[in-house]
Amino acid sequence: MAIENIKFSKEELARYNRHMIIPDFGEEAQKKLKASKVLVIGCGGLGSPALLYLTAAGIGTIGIVDFDVVDDSNLQRQVLFDIHEIGEPKVEAARRRLEALNPYVRFNLYNTHLNSENALDIFREYDVVADGTDNFPTRYLVNDACLLLDKPNVYASIFQFEGQVSVFNYVNEHGERGPNYRDLYPVPPPPGLVPSCAEGGVLGVLPGILGSLQALEVIKIITGVGEPLSGRFFTFDALNFENRTFNIKRRADNPVNGKNPTITKLVDYELFCGVRAVEEKPLKEITAKELYEWQVKGKKFQLIDVREPYEYEIAQIGGELIPLSTVADQAGRISREVDVVIHCKMGGRSSKAIRELEEKFGFKNLYNLKGGILAYIDEVRPELTKY
Amino acid sequence: MATVVIPTPLRKFTNQTAKLQISANTVGEVIDSLTRDFPDLKKHLLDEQGKVRSFVNIFAGDEDIRDLQQEKTVVDEATIVSIVPAIAGGIQFKSSHHGN
Repeated sequence: MAIENIKFSKEELARYNRHMIIPDFGEEAQKKLKASKVLVIGCGGLGSPALLYLTAAGIGTIGIVDFDVVDDSNLQRQVLFDIHEIGEPKVEAARRRLEALNPYVRFNLYNTHLNSENALDIFREYDVVADGTDNFPTRYLVNDACLLLDKPNVYASIFQFEGQVSVFNYVNEHGERGPNYRDLYPVPPPPGLVPSCAEGGVLGVLPGILGSLQALEVIKIITGVGEPLSGRFFTFDALNFENRTFNIKRRADNPVNGKNPTITKLVDYELFCGVRAVEEKPLKEITAKELYEWQVKGKKFQLIDVREPYEYEIAQIGGELIPLSTVADQAGRISREVDVVIHCKMGGRSSKAIRELEEKFGFKNLYNLKGGILAYIDEVRPELTKY
Repeated sequence: MATVVIPTPLRKFTNQTAKLQISANTVGEVIDSLTRDFPDLKKHLLDEQGKVRSFVNIFAGDEDIRDLQQEKTVVDEATIVSIVPAIAGGIQFKSSHHGN
């Protein structure tokens, strides 16, 4: 909607008063917020505070993309949700909370897995995109979709005690376009080299800080107030309370918008990031039910748990604890005579352990517990604690 | 001499040390010294050809060394060399092919 057609009710004027009395903000900036459409990708740790502040600020239309449901282990950091919403789609729970916060905002929900087929259609109608996902394929997908559709992308990312923020693909008042994610990181790390938050953990308050910074940059881009974090890359180390702001530039060899672009449409981002193991031969797997049958029948086998000791304390199913990082050193403890089932939380670390043991030590008797201890708890031992 | 800032994900390879003083004249020498003292860091910082991996950014002061003289960028006592790898955390947006 054009700015001149934006009107505020008496209630809205009262609500946004603290914005409008800021001399450099005023009613004009508030109108721009109401006229704008913002897409938030992922309503988790980063999306929670970003959505709360964007909603409170009075953005006109907010789109929310997330395919997940609320889980108890989310509540340590995802402040949008509460215990009554466990099991509910995140986008639905988010809308209920946000509508109660600000009834003057319109919400579009996308309870779906963002992919190369649907991204452009979803992004098209928005002015600004805020990316709060937690995996490399989606990072590159969001980046490229924003480049192809000429949208600014407010990026934040976190890991353990550390966060990063930047504004990508922003065009300033002189028509100069800023750098994007591919200029900063041309290629993703190979799978397994950099752990995800699900593996490496994150301090709950950290996404609260970084997601709020994302909301700040979205508001600055829309209103034209201040100078967005374009061409700059902010990092925050919560442990030392140190932040740095680096200068970053566009690259001529950027495959999407460099001198000789080779990517003109969305590609297969899982393939690009190597997370789809095309050439790896499949591991031998066992389901939780099959493992239970082995146990009931009294079959002779060895069960190895490659999680960390603190995870073992939360829940364990009788495996011998050999954390992934020590597997090579403790390979001597693993049987070569009987079948060996290796498990972790969800099946990722145990498959790494199996590949390492097969490659370095030539094991041929190893089975990966599909879905890890979580699947086993779901199907066999629901009384155990999930985490 | 320069100060190197090690990011959280790589601190497990530096005995949890976040900052190190390294005697060196260039960024390349800083990296050589670092990977000599902490050999496990090497595969995270350098590829098989010994080049800095492209998902790791190295900044001398506030500038990306790719905008300076790459590994030949000169450092002095006041230089802070920051290693900033790509991180993708955010939410439990599980990648169906790569969950754990």
